[in-house]
Amino acid sequence: MRIVCPFCGERELGEFTYLGDAKPVRPAAGASEDEVFDYVYLRDNVAGETSEHWYHGGGCRAWLKIARNTLTHEISSVEPAAGVGAAKVGA
Amino acid sequence: MVSLAQTHRLASGGLIDRSAPLNFSFDGKILAGFQGDTLASALIANGVKLVGRSFKYHRPRGILTAGSEEPNALVELRTGARREPNTKATTAELYDGLEAASQNRWPSLRHDLMAVNQLFAPIFVAGFYYKTFMWPAKFWEAIYEPAIRRAAGLGRAAGVADPDHYDKAWAHCDVLIAGSGPAGLAAALAAGRSGARVILCEEDFALGGRLLADGGTIDRVPAAEWIARTLAELATLPDVRIMSRTTLFGVYDGGTYGAIERVNDHLPSPPEHQVRQRLWRIVAKRSIVAAGAIERPVVFAGNDTPGVMMASAMRTYVERYAATPARRVALFTNNEDGWRTAETALRAGLQIAAVVDARPEVSAAHRALAAKAGFPVLNGSVVGVDGGKDGVRKIAVSLTGGARAEVEADGLAVSGGWNPAVGLTSYHRGRPKWQDDISAFVPDSAPPGMVAAGAANGAFGLGACLSQGFAAGAAAAQSAGCSGTAGTPPVADDEAFSLTPLWHVAGKGKAFVDHQHDVTASDIELAQREGFESVEHLKRYTTLGMATDQGKTSNVAGLAIMAAVSGRSIPETGTTIYRPPYVPVAIGAFAGHHRDENFHATRLTPSHHWAAEQGAIFVDTGLWKRAQWYPRAGEKDWLESVTREVKAVRSGVGFCDVSTLGKIDVHGPDAGAFLDRVYINTFSNLAVGKARYGLMLREDGMVYDDGTTSRLAEDHYFLTTTTAKAGPVMQHLEFCRQVLFPELDVQLTSVSDQWAQFSVAGPKTRDLLRKIVDPAEDLSNEGFPFMGAREVSLRGGIKARLFRISFSGEMAFEISVPARYGDALVRNLMLAGKRFGVTPYGTEALGVMRIEKGHVAGPELNGTTTAADLGLAKMMSTKKDFIGRAMAGREALAAADRQVVVGIKPTDKMRRLRSGAHVIPKGEIPGPDNDQGYVASVCFSPTLDQWIGLALVERGRERIGEIVHAHDPLRGEDYDVELCNSVFYDPDGGRQRG
Repeated sequence: MRIVCPFCGERELGEFTYLGDAKPVRPAAGASEDEVFDYVYLRDNVAGETSEHWYHGGGCRAWLKIARNTLTHEISSVEPAAGVGAAKVGA
Repeated sequence: MVSLAQTHRLASGGLIDRSAPLNFSFDGKILAGFQGDTLASALIANGVKLVGRSFKYHRPRGILTAGSEEPNALVELRTGARREPNTKATTAELYDGLEAASQNRWPSLRHDLMAVNQLFAPIFVAGFYYKTFMWPAKFWEAIYEPAIRRAAGLGRAAGVADPDHYDKAWAHCDVLIAGSGPAGLAAALAAGRSGARVILCEEDFALGGRLLADGGTIDRVPAAEWIARTLAELATLPDVRIMSRTTLFGVYDGGTYGAIERVNDHLPSPPEHQVRQRLWRIVAKRSIVAAGAIERPVVFAGNDTPGVMMASAMRTYVERYAATPARRVALFTNNEDGWRTAETALRAGLQIAAVVDARPEVSAAHRALAAKAGFPVLNGSVVGVDGGKDGVRKIAVSLTGGARAEVEADGLAVSGGWNPAVGLTSYHRGRPKWQDDISAFVPDSAPPGMVAAGAANGAFGLGACLSQGFAAGAAAAQSAGCSGTAGTPPVADDEAFSLTPLWHVAGKGKAFVDHQHDVTASDIELAQREGFESVEHLKRYTTLGMATDQGKTSNVAGLAIMAAVSGRSIPETGTTIYRPPYVPVAIGAFAGHHRDENFHATRLTPSHHWAAEQGAIFVDTGLWKRAQWYPRAGEKDWLESVTREVKAVRSGVGFCDVSTLGKIDVHGPDAGAFLDRVYINTFSNLAVGKARYGLMLREDGMVYDDGTTSRLAEDHYFLTTTTAKAGPVMQHLEFCRQVLFPELDVQLTSVSDQWAQFSVAGPKTRDLLRKIVDPAEDLSNEGFPFMGAREVSLRGGIKARLFRISFSGEMAFEISVPARYGDALVRNLMLAGKRFGVTPYGTEALGVMRIEKGHVAGPELNGTTTAADLGLAKMMSTKKDFIGRAMAGREALAAADRQVVVGIKPTDKMRRLRSGAHVIPKGEIPGPDNDQGYVASVCFSPTLDQWIGLALVERGRERIGEIVHAHDPLRGEDYDVELCNSVFYDPDGGRQRG
């Protein structure tokens, strides 16, 4: 598998680490235990387009949001995480 | 050299080098061949027909094919550590001194007593493993399986380490081509002329594919001349790479391909500093499968007799190797192409006993050829073979109309048509589609960027192979972004191809579908009767196609027979899923150089070379080599050394390299706020110049990691992790920063490799450090109190970081210098510390002292413990959110009866403790119901002069003083231990604050 890192270009799978589903959003402080439980444990088992977190640990150390089809392994988009890079978001 | 008669070698012709004679041995018998032979062609030239015994029935077997699809002719190649079982004689290149032995026979190939298995054939039918060896169940491992493994099977592994090296390499190209037949070479021409970077892989050592045997005329010149001309032109193109002896075996995501290059398999052993094989990962924008087609057998009784051979293989042996598999040949065909073998036989001066053609019509031209050469053409089918280990003697033919005929022959060439090699195009779960005119499966879809061309695509004519290959090459280059012109395509005529499908001829006797796994037509019929009609069930129930050849010659015939007996069409019956590798690939090739001491990378600490000079014993911790202890002359074991090291630290001063800890610089105005969110305790209120112990949870509430973090400036923290979690914590913190908390202005830098860090511990620590640190620096308890952290100058001006932290419980500092000074620092610590009796200590003494102090480490931070389990519940801030806070509050994680860290001491002071023992209430019989925990860490404490440990025990801290039972069934030990405070040494911490 090859992933086109937005910073480093096309690189081999071995440079990347897979984390998991990028859809769940971490609940704000003070969220109920149930909300946090869902965030930590509940995942859809998707046959088709998914959004995933990948880490380019063998390259620029960017966290990436990758849209991948679990049936074909085709990657349709690769985006950097919101906090990648030096600048504070919104600064 | 002894001149040995090659009784079945033609006087001239072939692509062998008669000026380079070679000797080799088969089952100990010395035979001769030539450079350019395969082991199979050389055996044939020597008149050898019997080369192996079959898997289940030990039936005599010969050579069926001339390529990598061979199911029968498997041998053990080479001897000793290089012995390689199940090597196909049809692809093994001959070299001088080659040693090969037949497999699966006892005591000898000709007199195989195991052939008695044939008498028990009725019990070896489809599914026999499931039916026969069911009762009693305990007999399976003890009796049935060993007996079956002895009786059935293939070759023997060498049983000792492989002495050769294997390599792994990457390659990148625009257009990757599999196969160097007419389609592959034409594709390479078109793509190369267009300016593409081309890699062409050919599994054979010679280039040309079927042209090497079948010849033909291309661009009005003989095929051999066209090959030479084409290769010469390809050599002039700037970026066309031709890799022979290289099989493309797998197709992976994103245009990545696997190929195995047999670099030196054609030599007795690899030349010095060379590898035997190289595993390639090739990244290609486009690929063209020009892998040809595989001729398929017809299933009839006795079709496994030595001397029965594929018609195209017989042409290969005669035309390419000038070796004659038979002197009086019979041919059985259902198609036009098979007749080419009759033409070859006549050219080579062989006798043709008869041509049996299953088609209703035979062309006038072929009838005329038969009349001229004087051999009969029989309309009908072969129904039986009379012969044995000495080969074919007679064949029985059932003529159209019902009459029978017998033909005397010593070889039978069979052609049932051709199956395109659809493996590579089907590896992404693609299903090939049925094409009626050739009665074969052809590629339907293919992985992205891949096309098939020529025979692999169902186009069998030479002209069609060339034009399809050329067009595919030009198109692939264009779509890969190359703008050059492909020029004029090579042209040739197409041969006629007409075929009447014929898969199975009913008859008396065993008719083999899968030769390698001894699966017969009746096994398939039985599977259908028993309900295993799905091809995936058929495959697993009968083991059809599951041998090392993956059913290249048998799968389609097997499912055609299943289709016939289940009343469905072949496309309705369908194919099984195709999976790589296309040919067997040695595990050694996948491992490459990653074996033995190079299995993984090795990381050396800054003091490693110095420690090695001291004779330190090293231990592997992850990738690191760490000094475990430093033995001295006269010490009888590790315990004596470690005890000395601990005592020296507790009474004087010692040091230990702790550079393996993960180190992360955290910079930015929001650095404190960031750390507050990732640690359970607070760091934003830590004063500059101070250090604090921190604990991290996973989001599920379990403890993730611990370490000390120091604040070196308002916006700069220096964070440490455990050795094991250095990488994962960095990844986790980057996730928190980039994904969870992008609003925070904070940056992380891994500096694990930038700093050499040493723990200096013991009451004389200050005395030693004053010799190292600039005298202007105040190291007194007031000037540098416990948990202080700041930059200092060393004597000579080098800047260092000093942290007043202690893992040992003694007055201690950790000193940190740029990694390049680590070796100098350790040598200066030794020099300066000589008068104080400074003692280097290793990870064992480090561990002893941390257990004496009740500090938790890896065995307690094991992913199943909470902060409260470790006795650190008070660290959890209630005033802020942090990773893991919500889930740590779950009922079960806060339950009162959780197993928590507690100290243990044996009631018998002389007894040794061992980690892993179960903790059971005293006086009870151990069982799963009363298992209350386990011993996590143990050591011999020189300070207490007895073994002590840390255990995780239900309600442990409420039970201090209770005697419990340690049950260790693994080591057969049972003894009592007392639960006690986990801090064995200096519980009020006076020593480390002093």
